[in-house]
Amino acid sequence: MNTKYTGQSASRVDGPLKVTGKAKYAAEFAADGLLYGYVLNSNIASGEILSIDTTAAMGIKGVISVFTHENVEDLTWFNIKYKDMDSTAGTPFRPLGSNKILFSMQPIGLVVAESFEIARLAASLIEISYKEYPHVTNLQGELDHSKEAPMGKIGYVQPKSRGNAEKAYRKAEYKIQGEYVHAAEHHNPLEMLATTAIWEEEGKITLYDKTQGVSNVQMYISNVFGLKMENVRVVSPFVGGAFGIGLRPKYNVFLATLASLELRRNIRLVLTRQQMFSFGHRPGSVQRIAMSADLNGKLTSIQHAAFGETSTYEDYTEIVANWSGTMYNCENVKLKYELVKLNVATPTDMRAPGAVTSAHAFESAIDEMAYAIKMDPLEFRRINYAEEDQVEKKPYSSKELRACYDQGAAKFGWENRPLEPQSMREGNQLVGWGMANGAWDALMMPAKAQAILSADGKLILSSGTSDIGTGTYTIMTQIGAETLGLGLDDVTFQLGDTHMPMAPLEGGSWTAASVGSAVKAVCEEVKTKLFEMASKLKDTPFKRAKIKDFAVDHGHISLLSNPSARLSIVDVMRLSGVNSILETAMSGPDPKAKKTHSFNSHAAVFAEVKVDADLGTVVVTRVVCAVAAGKILNPKTAGSQILGSVVWGISKALEEESVLDNEFGRFMNHSLAEYHVAVNKDINEIDVIFVEEHDDLVNPLGIKGVGEIGIVAVAPAIANAVFHATGVRVRNLPITMDKVLQIAEEDKNQEEVPLLK
Amino acid sequence: MNSFSYIRAADPAEAVSQLAQQSNGKFVAGGTNLFDLMKENIEQPPYVIDINRLDLARIEPLPQGGLRLGALVTNADTAWNELVEQNYPLLSKAILAGASPQLRNMATNGGNPLQRTRCYYFYDHATPCNKREPGTGCSALNGFNRIHAILGTSEHCIATHPSDMCVALRALGARVNIKGVNGERTIDFADLHRLPGDAPHLDNNLEHGDLITSIDLPEKQFKTNVAYLKLRDRQSYAFALVSVAVALEMNGDQILEARVALGGVAHKPWRDEAAEEQLKGQPATADHFKAFADTVLSGAIGYGHNTFKIELAKRAIVRALTTAAAQSVEEPSSQPLV
Repeated sequence: MNTKYTGQSASRVDGPLKVTGKAKYAAEFAADGLLYGYVLNSNIASGEILSIDTTAAMGIKGVISVFTHENVEDLTWFNIKYKDMDSTAGTPFRPLGSNKILFSMQPIGLVVAESFEIARLAASLIEISYKEYPHVTNLQGELDHSKEAPMGKIGYVQPKSRGNAEKAYRKAEYKIQGEYVHAAEHHNPLEMLATTAIWEEEGKITLYDKTQGVSNVQMYISNVFGLKMENVRVVSPFVGGAFGIGLRPKYNVFLATLASLELRRNIRLVLTRQQMFSFGHRPGSVQRIAMSADLNGKLTSIQHAAFGETSTYEDYTEIVANWSGTMYNCENVKLKYELVKLNVATPTDMRAPGAVTSAHAFESAIDEMAYAIKMDPLEFRRINYAEEDQVEKKPYSSKELRACYDQGAAKFGWENRPLEPQSMREGNQLVGWGMANGAWDALMMPAKAQAILSADGKLILSSGTSDIGTGTYTIMTQIGAETLGLGLDDVTFQLGDTHMPMAPLEGGSWTAASVGSAVKAVCEEVKTKLFEMASKLKDTPFKRAKIKDFAVDHGHISLLSNPSARLSIVDVMRLSGVNSILETAMSGPDPKAKKTHSFNSHAAVFAEVKVDADLGTVVVTRVVCAVAAGKILNPKTAGSQILGSVVWGISKALEEESVLDNEFGRFMNHSLAEYHVAVNKDINEIDVIFVEEHDDLVNPLGIKGVGEIGIVAVAPAIANAVFHATGVRVRNLPITMDKVLQIAEEDKNQEEVPLLK
Repeated sequence: MNSFSYIRAADPAEAVSQLAQQSNGKFVAGGTNLFDLMKENIEQPPYVIDINRLDLARIEPLPQGGLRLGALVTNADTAWNELVEQNYPLLSKAILAGASPQLRNMATNGGNPLQRTRCYYFYDHATPCNKREPGTGCSALNGFNRIHAILGTSEHCIATHPSDMCVALRALGARVNIKGVNGERTIDFADLHRLPGDAPHLDNNLEHGDLITSIDLPEKQFKTNVAYLKLRDRQSYAFALVSVAVALEMNGDQILEARVALGGVAHKPWRDEAAEEQLKGQPATADHFKAFADTVLSGAIGYGHNTFKIELAKRAIVRALTTAAAQSVEEPSSQPLV
């Protein structure tokens, strides 16, 4: 038994539960007399409900109740706080709060019945008459009505400009500009949003909810429904993918709670795949970039204006243009980020929000700039490499992006790349190689963890965090076992319950660092307790030993000065007459380090595409993703995170697009048959490299989260590879065959891209 | 989903008579499309007649030549049937280009031609659709119509038929055996599906109570010079933007007979027999293929998002013909590229 686990691959500790079906998800918890809900959604994008007739629905045998704005308005506990931990500026959406329609597919009713099928049938019989208002859903058509993004969302800062980019651009001999577009994208995790609400007693409820933050749901529900925090228990042990959709409480948990409290019954509410298109999404964006460089390859100016969509009632913001100011050395930078209000649901964070949007445009533009001066795009990036954070003027705690370049390029074979587009061909297939790089935050949040070491040497750790498939269960088990010198089998990590110590939302790639540090801290305290106990044991070599003299391994304590003096942890507890040790600890970021350093993870992505010269079909045949993210706790689960990110990046580059019909103001491809995500056949060779990166400043574990960095630069690497293969710049994602062949309708009347405003 | 009565039929005659009695009833075999439509409230049959126990699950050679495909043989079993693979490889290729293994294991030969369009608006009750609710209008006409038809459309409907299998059956000149209230009859596959015209709610020419019992492949086989090219927005599990089924009879470099059917472009598998005459006796050259493609697409109309299909279809026809003529039976886009 080796008790040095971090840095070693370990299989998921929850794997057996998942593959045997024993892992229970929100919609799988049984309850007595369970009722089933089905949500009715609006057909229009803007307007009001004039009447809603539920007579026919109520006439169906097995229907218990129908909730609409008409009968919910009377509930006295309704007008309270709807903000949650991931709210944006503006007024949060209030399900069934009024007859106003703010977006298409807005929930406007809940049918509760004895079975899901009965509820669904009854919902189809509800007659609604609307008064329609004009709606606006076309982002590209509304750029003239954009406005500066307000502060309000945690983590959002407005982009900072420097120097005089316009002047430098005017004077420059070599310059490029372009407009880059991508449509909205929906999260579409495998597991639909779902809630099982258990009515405990008057004013007391337990919610099994699909969420990335049980505390957030608890706070929201207790605020909205006027319940005591301790009377709202939220439980979420397993989450079947989330990618951000589980950050803010959604209408499923609201409606299930509403019905459960009102009917005093247990309710299960599972959304349909179609309804997964009825709330937050990655906002569509339009980005205009202008850039100049000198013949030596030095960037002389960067201008980046990003426009994102938001709803009419909230201002969803993300960090987009900001990244363009930090990535490269450049004295003249002008950045702008503005919002356009549309009649859509408020967008919400989706894997690497903002960064992935920014990188698509900016890293494509960097490639265009390199080509304007006929320079290898990787060489161009090396020349403009930023040693320091160019905005904050602070050094990075660590930045091994150059190692990503070196190792990624070597693995990919980049040195053999001809610069000229259309210079590699295999039969009908044009072959292209492209690359891009990206960054993501390496954040840490305050978190708490609890440890209980029992007399049999078994350790139970807990923290109210979430495992959305990332491997949280596994890495926390590794950290705990290593810190206390136990076997992995001796340690159980529990999560996803508001009865557990509070943890931050599971997002931002900060869970490993935040909860991991808390777990390490609490295990250190247990260890200290053990050492203190051992130092009091009579007739042992440990008597009067100092804490610093001890070590743990293999379930034993020992003395550093005398390794043969060993005693099992079980014996230490038995001889001390202690049945269990319980400790709680909290950890948080070091405010001093934040003042002096910037914290980012980095990645370089290399992609090979084959494009059919006549048919325009694109296949991504190879990807190498080299990541610098500090110490890697578990190369197996971390590697899977990067693999999944690359797969999604391929999907984003070539397939994903939530298509709005502007006539109806409605997403039309609201199913997995028509909203395309990558399938097995789309995915070929993917190599993941973790370069060595030491970082003593970022957090006590020296780690940086890996949930998001892997996806950031994939789409631009592919877009750049398509250009290298074909000579065609597709600036509008997804890169479909019609765009590659330039036979799409919009290609026929293509105008010069307007200059930055 | 409405509640419905479930009836299991023992033989074709009973199935037909049962359905004839229920004006809105439906047969169900694999259920791969019908159940989805019922869950989405697009179809609300009060009676569902299960025909899975009917004795129609065999593939057998016909005495006068040709091959009979039982209506209840699954798409998967058809594609992997030795006689089909050997003598009608185009059909195997087309079937395997469609859906997913799970769906092909359930879907049947009789059901596949009767699957309904994948038009977004057809599936969404929030939007008007003449196919779903006659007289309400066609939302796709001026809407998001990337996947819609360019040939044989009408102002009432621009939906496509989504099948891959049917494109091959159309090229091969299959015939459909039908048992109806008034006895049995056989029609050309070409006459099974309809163009939308002013009655787009009708997908095909079957009458109520009609049961497809089998599909006959003709004596004439195309064993070698065939190709099925399917262009779509991902490599698998997506409906065709354009697909092309080609069956050629060659003498050296000379084309003796050409069959070319298109999928993803019309309300039915599209074939232009007159244009095919153009290729007869010609050498298999790119110029001839291009001229042929121009003829086939000469009447095509784009509706904005789908206008690219006109040019794409031409290119796809040329590629599929080139592939078939070169006796390379592999479809280019499905070749492993690593």
